Amino acid sequence: MRPTNEVKLTFLSRSANEGFARTAAACFAAQLDPTLDEVNDVKTAVSEAVTNCIVHAYPDKLGTVTMRLRLFEDNTLEILVKDSGVGIPDVEKARKPLFTTGGDERSGMGFTIMESFMDNLKVRSQPGKGTTVIMRRRISRRLGI
Amino acid sequence: MPISCVEEKQVLTVRLTGEVDHHAAKGLMAALAEEIDTALPRQLELDMSGVTFMDSSGIAVVLRSWKRMRELGGAMVLRAVPPYAVKVLKAAGVDKLIEIK
Ligand SMILES: Nc1ncnc2c1ncn2[C@@H]1O[C@H](COP(=O)(O)OP(=O)(O)O)[C@@H](O)[C@H]1O
Ligand SMILES: [Mg+2]
Repeated sequence: MRPTNEVKLTFLSRSANEGFARTAAACFAAQLDPTLDEVNDVKTAVSEAVTNCIVHAYPDKLGTVTMRLRLFEDNTLEILVKDSGVGIPDVEKARKPLFTTGGDERSGMGFTIMESFMDNLKVRSQPGKGTTVIMRRRISRRLGI
Repeated sequence: MPISCVEEKQVLTVRLTGEVDHHAAKGLMAALAEEIDTALPRQLELDMSGVTFMDSSGIAVVLRSWKRMRELGGAMVLRAVPPYAVKVLKAAGVDKLIEIK
């Protein structure tokens, strides 16, 4: 399936860009006329994925984060978040609730929230090369349109 | 990240405002720790009515305060939590640890 629309943003792994990324995703998603609840879910999932790049992928340097947003004809929003950071040695383990390498500054619930707020989540990672997260969410079609 | 506090009869009420994400979390954790350790309250009430966004970094902020209150033998409740923040707290199972009023 080809996307009907697409944008790509690249930004530095500064924490100030967490708010930028989720607002940008919400603005792009507005084309699908989502409900407020759907917008909030998307913003939360984007925030988790982007924060992970900023906190974990580049622990003591600045790197770049790419976010690609796509729309499909069936009202699906696809969000890809990619870094070229340290990578995740064991993705299955990292996705488990409460698992964190971030100590008590982190809750270990990021992947759990991405999973429960989106319809599906794929994580690909290679240690030393980076991590790519792809999430999809079908936005409801509202009556009367 | 602004917080404001009132203390009455050993109940410390802290009002959080704005976007509670990783960008804000460090400052919030430090500010809350200072308020708690100064007041040494019997109960901490976090008023979340001014929170416009929260993700799992906010969960870490809430849990940090909860752990400190437990060490002090005190209790903690969350008040006026907006629906999107309730959803995040519930997805993380925090509602089973801390009362959401
Ligand atoms: N982009 C990433 N690069 C490197 N490691 C990551 C990345 N995303 C997640 N991780 C790893 O997966 C763990 C779990 O992530 P998450 O569920 O978001 O919890 P938290 O961010 O609170 O640690 C992280 O502690 C980290 O070890
Ligand atoms: Mg995370």
